[in-house]
Amino acid sequence: MVHWSAEEKQLIASVWGKVSVEECGAEALARLLIVYPWTQRFFDNFGNLSSPTAIVGNPKVRAHGKKVLTSFGEAIKNLDNIKGTYSKLSELHCDKLHVDPENFRLLGDILVIVLASHFGRDFTPACQFAWQKLVSVVAHALAHKYH
Amino acid sequence: MLTAEDKKLIQQVWGKLGGAEEEVGADTLWRMFHAYPPTKTYFPHFDLSQGSDQIRGHGKKVVAALGTAIKNLENLSQALSELSNLHAYNLRVDPSRFALQFLAQCLQVVLAVRLGKEYTPEVHSAFDKLLSAVAAVLAEKYR
Repeated sequence: MVHWSAEEKQLIASVWGKVSVEECGAEALARLLIVYPWTQRFFDNFGNLSSPTAIVGNPKVRAHGKKVLTSFGEAIKNLDNIKGTYSKLSELHCDKLHVDPENFRLLGDILVIVLASHFGRDFTPACQFAWQKLVSVVAHALAHKYH
Repeated sequence: MLTAEDKKLIQQVWGKLGGAEEEVGADTLWRMFHAYPPTKTYFPHFDLSQGSDQIRGHGKKVVAALGTAIKNLENLSQALSELSNLHAYNLRVDPSRFALQFLAQCLQVVLAVRLGKEYTPEVHSAFDKLLSAVAAVLAEKYR
């Protein structure tokens, strides 16, 4: 079980409280597809992904980004049992979606950068530390049921 | 790898830092040591407390080197040749994207903090590619 200090929990919650799940989710997913174009391999049926502008404006990308970040919210509500929370999602990503877990790490790092650009100096080193830890734990949990 | 557009964006963004190089460097290193404690193992001889002169001095060096790289995007290998030797034979920082990847992530966070919305997906992508290329050059002579 991962140990979270009171400070880490507070830093995570305070950032999360100010996040627009829809905006941040859309932005994080769009950036994943733009910065690491090979990740587009999982989204053949998303329509136009031909340029950064197309990706950012793509409604399926926005909707899926929102879905992904909403699910992130579940981890934040259950910091003491992230593995359990993501057990089914992990199986899904392995058995049905066939997503290389490396992609979870990429998305996590991108999410941290998106938060940094939104919060500016409020995204202190301590904040970054807590969030890098969180995205790493989430990525690990999502990879946990792979076989 | 780096397109003409990428190079333009990188140089534009870097130009916006004007004078803040030392702060960017120090902030980047401090975040890296804080978020990825194993990276501290390369600096047992440093005072790693926040705002230390050594962190500021080293941060300034790192950012200056990056500045050199950015002025020589057409020939990174040659521009960073000395540094490449240093890392391979002397410093031997783990090249398997470990430390350099963490440094790259922290630098990007610092740029995003400073630039906010101006750190667009296109700029983000260009810098990510640049830092990858720099890391590859630094690891070129490892074996």
